Amino acid sequence: MNRIPTGGLIDRDISIPFTFDGQKYTAHPGDTLASALLANGVRLMGRSFKYHRPRGVLTAGSEEPNALMEIGEGADRTPNTRATTCEVYHGMVAQSQNRFPSLKVDMLAVNDLLSPFLGAGFYYKTFMWPKKFWEAVYEPIIRRAAGLGRLSGQADKAVYEKAWAYCDVLVIGGGPAGLMAAFTAGKGGAKVILADEDFIIGGRLNSEKTEVDGKPSHRWAAEMAAKLREMPNVRVMIRTTVTGAYDGGTYGAVERVADHLADAKGAPRQIFWRIVAKHTILAAGATERPIAFPDNDRPGIMLAGAVRTYAHRYGVAAGQRVAVFTNNDDGWRTAQDLLALGVTVTALIDTRTDVSPDIDCPVFTGAAVVGTSGRLGIERLSVRTSDGAVQQINADCLAVSGGWNPALHLTGHMGGKPTWREDIAAFVPTPNSIPNLIAVGAANGNFSTLGALKEGMAAAKAALKDLRLKQVRPHVPVADDAQGAVAAYWHVPDVKGRSWLDFQNDVTVKDIELAHRENFRSVEHMKRYTTLGMATDQGKMSNMGALAVMAELTGQSIPETGTTIFRPPYTPVQMGALGAGGAGKGFAPERFTTTHDWAVARGAVMIEVGLWHRASWFPAAGETHWRQSCDREVKMVREAVGICDVSTLGKIDIQGPDAGVFLDRVYTNMFSTLKVGKVRYGLMLREDGMVLDDGTTARLGENHFVMTTTTGAAGPVMSHLEFCAQCLWPELDVKMISVTEQWAQIAVAGPKSRDLLAGLIGDVSNASFPFMGCGNVSIGGVNARLFRISFSGELAYEIAVPAGYGAALMVELVKRAEALGGGAYGMEALNVLRIEKGFLTHAEMDGRATVADLGMSGMMSTKKDFIGKVSSQREGLLDPMREQLVGIRPVGPVRQILGGSIMVDVDAEPIRENMQGHVTSVCYSPTLDGMIGLAFVKGGHGRIGQTIRAVDLLRNLDTLCEIVSPQFHDPEGEKARG
Amino acid sequence: MHYSVLQILKNGLTGNKGWKPVWRNPEPKKSYDIVIIGGGGHGLSTAYYLAKTYGIRNIAVLEKGYLGGGNVGRNTTIVRANYLLDGNLEFYSHSLKLWENLEQELNYNVMLSQRGCLLLAHNDGQFDDLAWRGNANLATGDDAVLMSADDVRAYTPYLNFDDARFPIRGGLLQRTGGTARHDAVAWGYARGADMRGVDLIQNCEVTGFRIEGGKIKGVETSRGYIGAGKVGMSVAGRTSQVAEMAGLRLPIESHVLQAFVTEAVKPVIDTVISFGMGHFYISQSDKGGLVFGGDIDGYNSYSQRGNLPMVEHVAEAAMALMPMIGKARMLRSWGGIVDMSMDGSPIIDKTPIEGLFLNGGWCYGGFKATPAAGAAFAHLMATGEKAAWATKFNLNRFETGHVIDDEGTGARPNLH
Amino acid sequence: MRIHCPHCGERDHREFEYLGSAKLLERPEGGDAAAFHDYVFQRKNPTGENAELWQHVMGCSAWLHVVRNVTTHEIIAVKLARDVKEAAR
Repeated sequence: MNRIPTGGLIDRDISIPFTFDGQKYTAHPGDTLASALLANGVRLMGRSFKYHRPRGVLTAGSEEPNALMEIGEGADRTPNTRATTCEVYHGMVAQSQNRFPSLKVDMLAVNDLLSPFLGAGFYYKTFMWPKKFWEAVYEPIIRRAAGLGRLSGQADKAVYEKAWAYCDVLVIGGGPAGLMAAFTAGKGGAKVILADEDFIIGGRLNSEKTEVDGKPSHRWAAEMAAKLREMPNVRVMIRTTVTGAYDGGTYGAVERVADHLADAKGAPRQIFWRIVAKHTILAAGATERPIAFPDNDRPGIMLAGAVRTYAHRYGVAAGQRVAVFTNNDDGWRTAQDLLALGVTVTALIDTRTDVSPDIDCPVFTGAAVVGTSGRLGIERLSVRTSDGAVQQINADCLAVSGGWNPALHLTGHMGGKPTWREDIAAFVPTPNSIPNLIAVGAANGNFSTLGALKEGMAAAKAALKDLRLKQVRPHVPVADDAQGAVAAYWHVPDVKGRSWLDFQNDVTVKDIELAHRENFRSVEHMKRYTTLGMATDQGKMSNMGALAVMAELTGQSIPETGTTIFRPPYTPVQMGALGAGGAGKGFAPERFTTTHDWAVARGAVMIEVGLWHRASWFPAAGETHWRQSCDREVKMVREAVGICDVSTLGKIDIQGPDAGVFLDRVYTNMFSTLKVGKVRYGLMLREDGMVLDDGTTARLGENHFVMTTTTGAAGPVMSHLEFCAQCLWPELDVKMISVTEQWAQIAVAGPKSRDLLAGLIGDVSNASFPFMGCGNVSIGGVNARLFRISFSGELAYEIAVPAGYGAALMVELVKRAEALGGGAYGMEALNVLRIEKGFLTHAEMDGRATVADLGMSGMMSTKKDFIGKVSSQREGLLDPMREQLVGIRPVGPVRQILGGSIMVDVDAEPIRENMQGHVTSVCYSPTLDGMIGLAFVKGGHGRIGQTIRAVDLLRNLDTLCEIVSPQFHDPEGEKARG
Repeated sequence: MHYSVLQILKNGLTGNKGWKPVWRNPEPKKSYDIVIIGGGGHGLSTAYYLAKTYGIRNIAVLEKGYLGGGNVGRNTTIVRANYLLDGNLEFYSHSLKLWENLEQELNYNVMLSQRGCLLLAHNDGQFDDLAWRGNANLATGDDAVLMSADDVRAYTPYLNFDDARFPIRGGLLQRTGGTARHDAVAWGYARGADMRGVDLIQNCEVTGFRIEGGKIKGVETSRGYIGAGKVGMSVAGRTSQVAEMAGLRLPIESHVLQAFVTEAVKPVIDTVISFGMGHFYISQSDKGGLVFGGDIDGYNSYSQRGNLPMVEHVAEAAMALMPMIGKARMLRSWGGIVDMSMDGSPIIDKTPIEGLFLNGGWCYGGFKATPAAGAAFAHLMATGEKAAWATKFNLNRFETGHVIDDEGTGARPNLH
Repeated sequence: MRIHCPHCGERDHREFEYLGSAKLLERPEGGDAAAFHDYVFQRKNPTGENAELWQHVMGCSAWLHVVRNVTTHEIIAVKLARDVKEAAR
């Protein structure tokens, strides 16, 4: 057991049971999975991606590349969870991943033996023969070997949420700089959000044995956090990672609300926040970097800072005999701290020659680690001393420090490039990379605690000034001001064997050398060729080392070599949180008409049209197939009277003295001449000359029109009209508003519709309501609008009532219709009725059709300009051989037509070169007792009466058809006028 | 250097010291027969085909950054030939045929994986549209299978068939569709072109054209003037800027298109799936990452980064379509600048300036077009004639009305 | 991006829908085909500052004239498109 007897920010009185790979262990509150496993003596926690090498925990933070686990069971199982940030909860089930059959015995470790042949990019040079073998053999093997953890394969039913937050100052990171910044800004009265990815505020103050203001640093942090939580204008968000910087001071952040709980008790697992901040202070600290040397990837080899974190924060000794390998003063601190805790330190190896650490352990300066050995974990290391001799040292833990990289990633999210600082051998954020963001403390390359405190305060003061808030002068705590000297040292030169740079993806110094040899020398080429930096840590562990190696090889400096671009997210974000609200019915709103409940109660089968739910058909007793219902409903309309809710059509109320002129400009035909009390059918074009939409517009008064649009185009048409009114012709005195949801509209269609309405409304004869007439009526004391319009070709009316009366009107109309031998009809019948008449939907107005294509050239007024007029006259659109809308009906032995069939000439092969068009809409017409269809056919208007084939190659149907007028039923339109 | 198993064994046993540079770093010559501006996928494949098919060796590809750094290096790697309209049909069909032989042709494994490409329909209208598309694909000689909802369920059982907002009505599967390793395509063409003597010149930005008497003479670059008999522009994302240096104005807007990848997970998706209610498409890479994308962000942009609304929308679509993805973590998002043309289809044509040629306007289709676009552009530049598979991508089609509007959304680039 | 709608205040850009270049305000008078071709299809598509049209579809439905840097996404000025159009007359 590696738990140190005392100390640490854990509650030793409580034990939490959990399992890892089936083995039972216990943890304490305050432990992460990694600290608990280390405490239990578990070093082996994973396998690498490519060579399946044994892997132990490397870090103590979210940058961990090795200790990734599957957490949870069943549909809750979450792969690739970093053991270093995962809080242990009661009964947690953790499993290692990417190994078979077990973590200790992984068959795929054979890859490691083949590694001479599996270097960077080897797969680009092979697996090409025989040709078919890639998909059949090689790729499946590669795919099975690749990947890390497993998704459950089941729907993620966990609850996730999204939220917005707004603040004056967003402070990212709650270490010394962040705490001081938040405190200062809070004192000044700013609205502050302090977000920290950890579950305790304090950053490295919790990991080091230091003092601030004469107190242990972790206690000072806890006291500051408590003070901040007491300020009403400050919000402290723990377990919250700011993942991305976006335009306009908008930041993405994920808060892990319940991941650490055995039972979320109804709370969301995670919340994805969009935080809008006027000022942002980036105090995200720094990440330590490793040094590359042969076999530096064994379990037990860890970053020195992590070793200190485990010791001080978790009370865990990462090993019993620890060696330290460093190029900076932090390594010394590691040795001292461990010695103070009673841990044996077997060696301190410093690459620097000009230093003389005064530490009570074997010290090697100007030395380097040149190899390690041990099965499934380090047991020994080889040190090359300053005189070139190699010495063996026993250690079950090797703490490595190669210096620190400021956590500047967010500052690259908007394309900013970092600045190289030679004195700390690291990139630091370039000021103004993100508007109104300032980096402070270690994130800004200032590694002294005092410096961080001061920078945090200064940044907050600057923000307060800009916000014109109160200036405050908080006390600057007493703290250590040591920066920690570092001498750049990236990899041990002149060694044999493989020195790892990217631990997860198995990229070694040799791979970078190979990339260089093959001229993949630009940073991007190097990254893409070797996969370096594409691991789940996004290169936080590996990029700097690889850059340095490439810089050495090319003879350029590191800043000349460049960096790859940091992209959001800072740490990977669960899709459940990013996509919160999208699962199940949440993806889009649902729209219901006022008669929805009535229709469902009637047993209607519902269908969705756009976002709307509509009745598709109303099965009658004994009907078992939709066609039976549909055919009956069609006949009902043709022979008696049918009732249909058509409320989903877009309805736009247009008013003003210039409304008529306005409509003239947006429709192809004239509307200013329309008489009050009349309705006209209109076609609207886009400015490129293609049909945008059709519909009827009624003139209710001199300055008052009501336009209908198709259901799907209601939004786009509204937007288009607003564009025309506001952007093109603001001088026109016209206003419009959508009233789609304000009015319920119900069609009463069929030869008996007049009889029906006569009983309800009174006189609706041709004299008072002629075809295409409209007017106000009263139904049961409710003011309603009556339109004599028909989408079925029959004598028909549509009644509009304020939406609240829709359901009641429907009930009344259906009752009356049934008394006349009619009843309700749904979308299927409506579609048949309109196809029989050749009326259009967006299957025909598909955005590629001109007015001429649709056979309605007569509706293009020559007396005025209108949107799309000029463009519609382009030569290609006047070509008589364009695809034109026609009707088709089978005339051969095959009586069926399928929607989406392509048209070919009678004797032609059904190949692309012979395609004459396609079928847009088909139905069985009970009126004509056969299938009919609408189709686009090249030069179709001139081919009426000819035969053609509708061919469906997908479903093997080849139908000989006659080309006919699309008006199958009552082409003269007498019935509607009757 | 020819790649083979033997080479890998030989080099593996000798410390991999024997591998040679995949391309040279030549200094620019004073002039070339043909200069291609843009060392992305299309520029490199154009150079390759010019050298290979037409025997023209005195060619330079000028790249302002690094080879393959254009959209070929930042896309969702999908290859398919299931377009709808004439013009696009034959072009992408030809492209898929070139893809199928690319590895052998280039002696470079671009990892074309014909794992299928499934388009979903969520209502009857969409289903009929898929049928039309599938029939057109079959008529073009490509493959297509129309699937019922049950077929889709059998093929991709992990999609949402329980409580979907837009239940799956059916689908159209193109079995020969799939994915390829995007960077490898650029590198394979680069290597092939370099082997044939093409000068690939990186870090060389074109800053102007020299045009005399309406004829191109050469290009000004950050590395000096380079004379050229002919110049081809293949600079997706910057097409308007480069063309403007020659005084041209184009029917193109630049937009940012984001793409996303999750952390690697064990294989779960063995095909490419496109959601029908909102633009969302997903596949799984050989490394295990779920690779997906959606619509362009929707506003003009030259910044290679997007914003949260589209990130969230795409993630929501992912949750709607494939709810198991909730436990996967998005690892990385990136943005590429795409040329959005005014009808959603590309342009491969001469320009009004003699000797200056344009390849651009690729919208969402540039990656899958790489072989056929390069081959067509090479044919046009070498012979002055349109290639048989790319006769309709004319620059003047907006003037004449012969647009190719697969989406039917008109001159609104952000709706294509 | 956050767009300051003159009616509604500053809002996330997801509330707005983008149309394109503000040149679309300048619909040609008369029936000149070349002028319409330029108007409908041709774009300057500049880097840097671009004047463009957005509509506050999830707000007041006003069409806005937005000057925005398309390289940095900085929003420089927002006016009602109606006002810009009328001022140009």
